Amino acid sequence: MTNSISDIVEADVLLVVGSNTTETHPVLSLQMKAAVRKHGARLILLDPRRIELAGFAYLHLRNRPGSDIAVINAMVNVIIAEGLQDRSFIEARTENYPTLAAAVEGWTPERAERISGVAAEDIIQAARLYAEANAAAIFWAMGITQHTSGTDNVKALSNLALLCGQIGRPGTGLNPLRGQNNVQGACDMGGLPNVLPGYQAVTSEEVRRKFAVGWGIDFDRLSPKPGLTVTEIMDGILEGRIKGLFILGENPMLSDPNLNHVERALGEVEFLVAQDIFVNETGAMADVVLPGVSFAEKLGTFTSTERRVQLVRPAIEPPANARQDWEIILDLARRMGANWSYTGPGAIFDEMARLTPQYAGMSHERLEGGGLQWPCPTADHPGTPILHVEKFTRGLGLFSPVEYTPPAEITDEAYPFVLSTGRVLFHWHGGTLSRRSPGLDALAPQAEVEVHPEDAVSLGVTSGMPVRVSSRRGSVVAAVQVTRRSPPGTVFMTFHYAEAATNLLTSDAVDPVAKIPEYKVSAVRLEALPEVVLQ
Amino acid sequence: MLHADRLVHTTCPYCGVGCQIDLHLHDGVIFRVAGRYDNKVNFGNLCVKGRFGYDYVHSPDRLDTPLIRHRRRAEPQPSGWDEALDLVAGRLEAIRREHGPESIAVLVSAKCTNEENYLLQKLARAVIGTNSVDHCARL
Repeated sequence: MTNSISDIVEADVLLVVGSNTTETHPVLSLQMKAAVRKHGARLILLDPRRIELAGFAYLHLRNRPGSDIAVINAMVNVIIAEGLQDRSFIEARTENYPTLAAAVEGWTPERAERISGVAAEDIIQAARLYAEANAAAIFWAMGITQHTSGTDNVKALSNLALLCGQIGRPGTGLNPLRGQNNVQGACDMGGLPNVLPGYQAVTSEEVRRKFAVGWGIDFDRLSPKPGLTVTEIMDGILEGRIKGLFILGENPMLSDPNLNHVERALGEVEFLVAQDIFVNETGAMADVVLPGVSFAEKLGTFTSTERRVQLVRPAIEPPANARQDWEIILDLARRMGANWSYTGPGAIFDEMARLTPQYAGMSHERLEGGGLQWPCPTADHPGTPILHVEKFTRGLGLFSPVEYTPPAEITDEAYPFVLSTGRVLFHWHGGTLSRRSPGLDALAPQAEVEVHPEDAVSLGVTSGMPVRVSSRRGSVVAAVQVTRRSPPGTVFMTFHYAEAATNLLTSDAVDPVAKIPEYKVSAVRLEALPEVVLQ
Repeated sequence: MLHADRLVHTTCPYCGVGCQIDLHLHDGVIFRVAGRYDNKVNFGNLCVKGRFGYDYVHSPDRLDTPLIRHRRRAEPQPSGWDEALDLVAGRLEAIRREHGPESIAVLVSAKCTNEENYLLQKLARAVIGTNSVDHCARL
């Protein structure tokens, strides 16, 4: 997030796109609700599903899955046509505006209506609301990024914010809502194939020299070649390029797309290690499983969606023979010839902070006094609640025109429904944690597939009936939930349930830049299974 | 009614919001979780997972010993730490020697701490020599 959770209530307009915030970030959604109910903000929801936030929305633009760019480009078109853009912001803080203006010329609201199904007058109204607000904030989640056009979707939103100067002030900004508790931190720490900690490129010789010195190793040890992403690693195994895979606290056997493909890969890799607190579906395939500890048994830090670094403190004793995750990694490094030594997580943090500019001013001692938002460059810096206040990281904000491209997989006679995937309030990701909480599991015990009443009639199904959901890649059985939440022609499932693993169905078509799979659009068919009894 | 013999201030492990919580402990068991008010994140609030979703920590399924599978699809056998770590280090070294560092990939974890992730990517890059480090950020 460029902005902070606590300044959401300062927005006059909230544009929420592809985020089912009340179920996936429930406590943050309380600030959105407060902005609307207590402070009179207007919420524009751009989402195919009639999610709970629709009840708080001034405008709900129910677009066809995968058509976000058409709607956003048309908003930009309207804003420019009506002269609502922030000319002084464009002049002082941005570049490439003429290219954007030319690129959206043909994106009339009428054209966007034909592609997205959103009424042209609603697009016009949304454009005016956003542009004329004193402070307007954009929020998105995987509904924007899990598309083959994911990177372009984000650029489209960025164009909109720059055009109206809705960034760098309280109640504005471009605010991606990060899913996992520490997905922000895992990225910050260099858990990505192209960057070292602090988003410092592996291709930069200067960066590699800095890390070689900081780590006390020969410069030649650090490879200048960007590595593979998760989806590429699975392909790499099947192509014989990847022979060994070490997995810490992840479950690709439920979370990755096209699971039959993942299962083949994990079955074929020469050596597979899983370090986790449970033997999940991935650990069940591993050659070695190493027992780490849960969040309640360890000291360390998580970095939240608002870039806030906060302490995690040990509360209970781990199971008898489990070991601290950092000690396992340290022990392994030493057995492989490294001469590392750390007194504990605080010392690891200190070393990381010396090499990571965004974290340079932080330490466990400082965090004892409360969380800090990066960048925090020096020990007396208070942290940064709002990014891009005076200038952008690259200097001027760059307008990057984007064009609409349809999803990779389109429906046809054999697979006539669009499948979109996501989460429900009561469960978490692959379910390794939440499905072991009997109370949560009782609230959402079985895999369901949302079907619109019109489709339920034509399929001859009612709520609770089992159906087989099939795609070109696999099939699962789930219970029908007849609801108007999903639009006609679109069905929705979660990926929490191993016994009905939705990612057997999903397409592994990915965004060409971010390599994010298109979980929000796969083509499926549904068949009633009257003879099956669901457990 | 159960009373806490200890409160521990920590960070909720579910989503990316970063709610600040107090774990209420009795005899080493988390029996209640409460949202903390002294922050600008959750202002005392919690969701249903953040308030009630902690049974897994005390689950009898928790892994409490290293496991080694000597053949694919064989039943895994409990092992000691030295045996397990020697095996992992030895096999990874052998793969690196035979196929080069780029034949090894590492997935770090969006559920683990910054310190653990930093250390594991350092192992991948500085010790093994591969940049194939990723996690489920895209999923």
